[in-house]
Amino acid sequence: MTLQILQHVDARGLSCPMPIVKTAQAIRTVASGALIEVLATDPGSVKDFGAWSRTTGHELIEQSADGGVFRFVLRRK
Amino acid sequence: MTSATVEGPRTRPLESLARAIADIEGLPEPAPETPLDQAVRTKQLVIVNWSGELDKVWPVLILSSTAAASGVRCKVFVTFWGLLPFVRDQKRIVGENWMQKMLALMQRPGIDHLKLSKMNFLGMGPWMMGTLRRKYGVASPRELLEAATAMGVEFIPCQMTMDMFGLKREDLIDEMGEPAGAATAIEIMTEADASLFI
Repeated sequence: MTLQILQHVDARGLSCPMPIVKTAQAIRTVASGALIEVLATDPGSVKDFGAWSRTTGHELIEQSADGGVFRFVLRRK
Repeated sequence: MTSATVEGPRTRPLESLARAIADIEGLPEPAPETPLDQAVRTKQLVIVNWSGELDKVWPVLILSSTAAASGVRCKVFVTFWGLLPFVRDQKRIVGENWMQKMLALMQRPGIDHLKLSKMNFLGMGPWMMGTLRRKYGVASPRELLEAATAMGVEFIPCQMTMDMFGLKREDLIDEMGEPAGAATAIEIMTEADASLFI
C-alpha cells in the first residue's frame, strides 16, 4: 500500500533551525494521521528530526539520504 | 484525637487487604495512577534575553523558535542590553535625556544592527557573519524573530529596563508583550521545565 503524502516541505539549502521550523508550520496544515515529506540538505537535520519527532510525538516513519539530500516522512499525531 | 491519626491506620490495612485478595483471586493489581496534569501538561521553556549582541540574541531566537516548533511553550523575558534589539526599526535615537540618547547612539537599536560580543572590529565582524550566514543558508535574527512570534513565542519586556533606558511601549516592536518585572520572571522560570539566561 502506498501512503499518500499530503504536504511537501522543501528545506534544501536551509540551515538549522529552519528545516524544523518550516516542518512544524507545514504539519499544522494537515489532519492528524496525514503524512508530510521533508527534503533537507542540512546534515544536522538527520539527528534533529529524530529529536523533534520524540519531542512532538509526530511519528518519523521514513528516513533516507540521496546524494546529500535527506528525506523524511512524518505522520502527524 | 486528630483526623490524621485516624486516617493513617484506616487506609493502609485496606490497601494491603485489597492486595491480599488480588493475590488469592488472581485479579490484576490496580494500575498506579498517573497525575492528570503530568500527562497532558505542555513543556515550557523560559529564556532570559539579557545580552544585546548578535552572537547571543541569535541563539535566543534559534532556541525559542525551535521550542515553539517542537510544541514547547516558550517565553522570553527581555531585559537590559537585550531590550535594544527589540526597538522598532524606524527608531534611531531613543530615550528622554542625553544619557539615554547617548546610550542609543553608542549601541544602535534594532534587530538588524547587532554587534558581536567579540571580534566586532568596528562592524567588520557582523558584516562577515552576515556574508557567511547567507552563504550557508542560515536564517537571520529578523527571520527567526518573525518565525518565533508567528508560532506563539511570548516576548516580555522588562519594565525597569524600559524606564531606565527611556523606552516607551511604542518604541518597541509590536510583537513585544505586556511589560513586567522580576517577580514575573521568577514566576515563569520556576514554573518552566528549563530556563536559560543568555
